[in-house]
Amino acid sequence: MAAMAEAGIAAPARLRPWWRDPLPWAAAALAALVLGMARLEPLFAALFPALDRPLYAQSTFLALFVSHVVLVALSSAVSLAVGLAAGIFVTRPAGREFRPLVDTLVAIGQTVPPVAVLAIAVPLIGFGAAPALIALALYGLLPIVRGTVAGLESVPAEVLDAASGLGLSAWQRLWHAELPLALPVLLAGVRTSVIVNIGTATIASTVGASTLGSPIIVGLSGYNTAYVIQGALVVGLLAIVTDLAFERAGRRLGRWRQVG
Amino acid sequence: MIRLDSIGKSYGGVQAVDGVSLHIARGEFVLLIGASGSGKSTLLKMINRLVEFDRGTLTFDGADIRTLKPEDLRRRLGYAIQSTGLFPHWTVARNIATVPRLLGWPAARTAARVDELLTLLNLDPATYRGRWPHQLSGGQQQRVGVARALAADPEVLLMDEPFGALDPPGRAAMQAEMARIHQSTGKTIVMVTHDIDEALRLATRIVLMDRGRIVQAGTPAQLLEQPASEFVSDFFGRGEIGLKRLGLHGVAGILRGVEETEGPPVSASLTQREALSMMLLRRTDRLAVVGDDGRLLGTVLLRDLVLRGPDGRDG
Repeated sequence: MAAMAEAGIAAPARLRPWWRDPLPWAAAALAALVLGMARLEPLFAALFPALDRPLYAQSTFLALFVSHVVLVALSSAVSLAVGLAAGIFVTRPAGREFRPLVDTLVAIGQTVPPVAVLAIAVPLIGFGAAPALIALALYGLLPIVRGTVAGLESVPAEVLDAASGLGLSAWQRLWHAELPLALPVLLAGVRTSVIVNIGTATIASTVGASTLGSPIIVGLSGYNTAYVIQGALVVGLLAIVTDLAFERAGRRLGRWRQVG
Repeated sequence: MIRLDSIGKSYGGVQAVDGVSLHIARGEFVLLIGASGSGKSTLLKMINRLVEFDRGTLTFDGADIRTLKPEDLRRRLGYAIQSTGLFPHWTVARNIATVPRLLGWPAARTAARVDELLTLLNLDPATYRGRWPHQLSGGQQQRVGVARALAADPEVLLMDEPFGALDPPGRAAMQAEMARIHQSTGKTIVMVTHDIDEALRLATRIVLMDRGRIVQAGTPAQLLEQPASEFVSDFFGRGEIGLKRLGLHGVAGILRGVEETEGPPVSASLTQREALSMMLLRRTDRLAVVGDDGRLLGTVLLRDLVLRGPDGRDG
């Protein structure tokens, strides 16, 4: 490590053989489950002999997985765009006065349960993925706004002073200094938001969106424990894989602050 | 080069800077000194418009700075602060290249300039250009900060307590570095400090401030020998002014012919204060002085340190 620091190369945080890294294993398990759930039918039949249909078959798990990921990705993209803009705005001199208002609004977005948002949204815009998208995007806003504001506020005052004093414009300062330095904290907010929404997206199935929650909802209402387990296993693994991937990305982004 | 005319600024009724007029000529090394809250740092930041003044006019190279775009003005004025002002997510080379990149220099010219500056500040380019700021010592970070401020060859260098975070050896090394850079480049430098010895050592002119006003401006010798008020002598430490005066002058000015002395000879680059200290330490009243080449140049006598004027005239 010392030799690498001498050469000016940022050393990797941990040196370990690939097979001790949980990410590829979790990803492989997720892929196997999504693609090969049908092959597990005998297993579920053996575990739950009382059930007529031990495997959820109204839709393939691949289709459920894809629509789940798309729903989470879209809602997170909306949360990120809105949350980032709001977080940047309230940390600028022009927007500082709006800080309490924005704090309150995003806190409300987090406090109101997504089920309630769905209940309000459905009469207005009907069943399907659209109300789910709105509910998830609102729900995911708070950690992103908090992360953006905390990240921007963590940038040392001396760095801002130097950036301005060297002649960076306000935009250049934001783009070249503030956002890159805020990124690790910002990313932690995005990570929380996405992970929470992977779980929350399951309830979107109650308003007709097709997600990995569909087997869970159907299983719960029909006393089919096998369906619940199948859906929950895939959602759980998806959350784990995503979390590990975020952790990896965060470490890469923060490489300039690693000691040694 | 920089002309301040009745500059004033108040924060909520308190005069942070109160009617300051000052002309800084090309090639000067001006040290703004004073206690915290004296307005020295505010005054410096008015020059590059990090702080806007409410009264008076400030011209840079003949132009009213309020007619210049702040970003353009700042790119013509190098700016260095404490070591913590480096961009932690950029390598040393990228940090130094900040202003050249803003100015759109070609990559090859920027890279050459980065290496040139690292060499100027005694950092080996091959070793240091790819490092991250956190991998450097405080002194090395400060060198990079100065290199960054000098990158686009600015007409003036503004420095806000740049060595405040350094330990005494690091600080002394950076002061020597700055004296050398001022001599070799002839740049106009305006530096804020609260360190009296730093001011006496580096300045061609010291501007002493108190409560937003200039108390006295002049050469280090003028402030020590002809203080304008009690405040000035108190600030420089009444009890030590005699010693500080000796510190302004080298032994070379008061050498006598070679005489017989005890103990090893001392370097001709010593200040008279250091020579006096050396005599006290060795319990002697004379020291032999040698040049850089080791040749014997002459002798310093205690009598001369005490009785003669610091430049050799009879006092």
